[in-house]
Amino acid sequence: MEATEDKREQLAGRRAAERLLAGPTVIDVRGVSKRFLIPTNRMNSLRERVANPLGHRNAHVLQALQDISFNVHAGEFFGIVGRNGSGKSTLLKIMASIYRADTGRVLMAGRLAPFIELGVGFNPELTSKENVVLNGVLMGLSRREARERLDRVLDFAELREFTDMKLKNYSSGMMVRLAFSVMVAADADIMLIDEVLAVGDAAFGAKCIDVFTNLRKAGRTIVLVTHDMSTVQRFCHRALLIHDSHIQFVGEPEETALRYYRLNFGGDPDTVREPGILPDVNATVIDAWLQNADGERIQNVEQGEQLFFNCLIEARRELRQPVFSYQFLDPDGIEIFGFSKRLRVESEEDDVLRSGQRVLIAGEVENRLLPGKYHIGQWVIRNRTQGDLALHSFSLLEFMVYGTEGGSGHIKLDNDVQAKIVGSG
Amino acid sequence: MSTLERIEDRDATPAPPHVGELREVSGPSALGGGRRRALELLYLMASFDFKRTYFGTTLGYVWTIARPLLVFGVLLVVFTKGLRLGASVAHYPQLLLFNFILFGFFQEGVGTALPSIVGAEAIVRKTQFPRLVIPIASVLTAMFNLGLNLIVVFIFIVGDGISPRWTWLLLPVLVLGTLILTIAVAMILSSLYPRFRDVGIIWTVMSTALFYATPVIYPLDRFHHTLRVVISANPMTVILVCARKWIISPSALGPAGELGGHVYLLIPAVVYVAICLLAVWIFRREAPRIAEEL
Repeated sequence: MEATEDKREQLAGRRAAERLLAGPTVIDVRGVSKRFLIPTNRMNSLRERVANPLGHRNAHVLQALQDISFNVHAGEFFGIVGRNGSGKSTLLKIMASIYRADTGRVLMAGRLAPFIELGVGFNPELTSKENVVLNGVLMGLSRREARERLDRVLDFAELREFTDMKLKNYSSGMMVRLAFSVMVAADADIMLIDEVLAVGDAAFGAKCIDVFTNLRKAGRTIVLVTHDMSTVQRFCHRALLIHDSHIQFVGEPEETALRYYRLNFGGDPDTVREPGILPDVNATVIDAWLQNADGERIQNVEQGEQLFFNCLIEARRELRQPVFSYQFLDPDGIEIFGFSKRLRVESEEDDVLRSGQRVLIAGEVENRLLPGKYHIGQWVIRNRTQGDLALHSFSLLEFMVYGTEGGSGHIKLDNDVQAKIVGSG
Repeated sequence: MSTLERIEDRDATPAPPHVGELREVSGPSALGGGRRRALELLYLMASFDFKRTYFGTTLGYVWTIARPLLVFGVLLVVFTKGLRLGASVAHYPQLLLFNFILFGFFQEGVGTALPSIVGAEAIVRKTQFPRLVIPIASVLTAMFNLGLNLIVVFIFIVGDGISPRWTWLLLPVLVLGTLILTIAVAMILSSLYPRFRDVGIIWTVMSTALFYATPVIYPLDRFHHTLRVVISANPMTVILVCARKWIISPSALGPAGELGGHVYLLIPAVVYVAICLLAVWIFRREAPRIAEEL
């Protein structure tokens, strides 16, 4: 049996991750919890406090983190993922000593360079030069070291011409570039990076990716908070999924990414959208939905999971010899595949749908779709031989396939193609 | 690159050369991140601040010298020609200028430090910046000003025929005494300001009240004994009375003389120490949570 290249690479990555796990711990987070008191009517002044001394009781408690424990080992590229508001940024801020945990402890070995909320500690009134030196010192360099690295930082950020400009005159893109350069140049033992790829242009994105590749090769310890699962899978040795202030999973990045997708797109039947239909005098779509193997309605489907299609149609008038035709389309409206069904009837005469009768078109559809967005279009035709259009829905259903196995095109098909050396010519 | 090579490449993640000892991260604090780092940051913040104040304006250096001169001109006209407050006081213009400059340092230091933590929001919310450095840097910037102003003050003092004497060497004691008090008040107000924004308004009123409750424009001996004791509960009073005796007119009474006994000096001493202790207590209490209040 030949393992596919993908599998072999994955295995190799896993072996590297396992070896790192045996190495020394550099970040040890134990039982960390954090709550925020959010006053329902915020008291921002002494006057209000004096006028309403018991007002503190009106605070609403937001549990941001609940009993979080994990380790990061030397040389690991460690991902933290989660939906907005799950607590991942709070966790990073506690690790960076910006917030203090209510309970639990955080242990770290070595110098730390944080990159949080798209930046480092910039003062808009100072020039970029001054800010670079200030932040270098903040990240544990001496003043001299920070000055020595100034050129490197400005070159990397491609901001040499703007050295003496006050930071408030910088564009936000320039600011992020400078911040990222400062963080990288600080040469810290541990880097905490929050969502750097979400901003900046494509060129900067490519540069970040290069930096990540190099840092990973150099065996630096990096904690990366991100929404981008492809980054997680590409770089991380391990990743942590945080949801509703709890740790849901720590482990292989593929598994973490998959669980993250499940959280985001996994069937919450209440969110099923109204099918986009065109009202028609001949027939009406009463309902159309997708189902999983357990018979539950789903809005989105996991890659490779069983998929059941259902469409309930009511005839408004007599439809003779109807054909129900469905197309699976990509977001550009290109058809990927489709099928057409006739009524299952005993004889030719029975191939009629009378006014008011309902027909359910349902069954399993093989799910070979790659992750992405799809929609289903529908045609209903009567008088098969003449092909009179009875009903047309451009987008009967929209759904998402989520998963971690990418590829080109929209469909994954098996193949047994091999490349072998067969001698020399 | 063949698959095998690539696999080896991924395998070849080198062990990091050096791993330090695991240490507990204590969260944000007044001096978080070590004393050396805090001092370097303090120096950088204060010098950048100073540069910004003086090189950001068109006239730059000129203002540094012109400002105290202009203030002196105004004081001279108002208090010696208009109000005639110091008619019988020796070297009244010089005394007035010195008092004004030293008390002005206290006011300016506290006034700029008060919103400093809120103003440095970007830094406080994104980094483990030692919180205490921020208000102290503002006070130090004000002290740079004081230094420049004092040069001008001494030119006027010498110009009026007051000759230098050994007590001038005690000037650093006066400055240090004022500096510590300024830092203490700045610590209290700047750490409360993110939570209670009306601290700003209270300070505006308080600093004006303090200005008149301190013998800046009048000599303390104008009042009867009880009032003198009350006014001297303010530690700045004692500092200014000392300054008058040490720098301007040695024949003037010292604080013990003004109050009629050393025992009365206990009051300002206790107030001074209490303010400092309160400052340390409040700041240490507020520092860990300041980032959450912004």
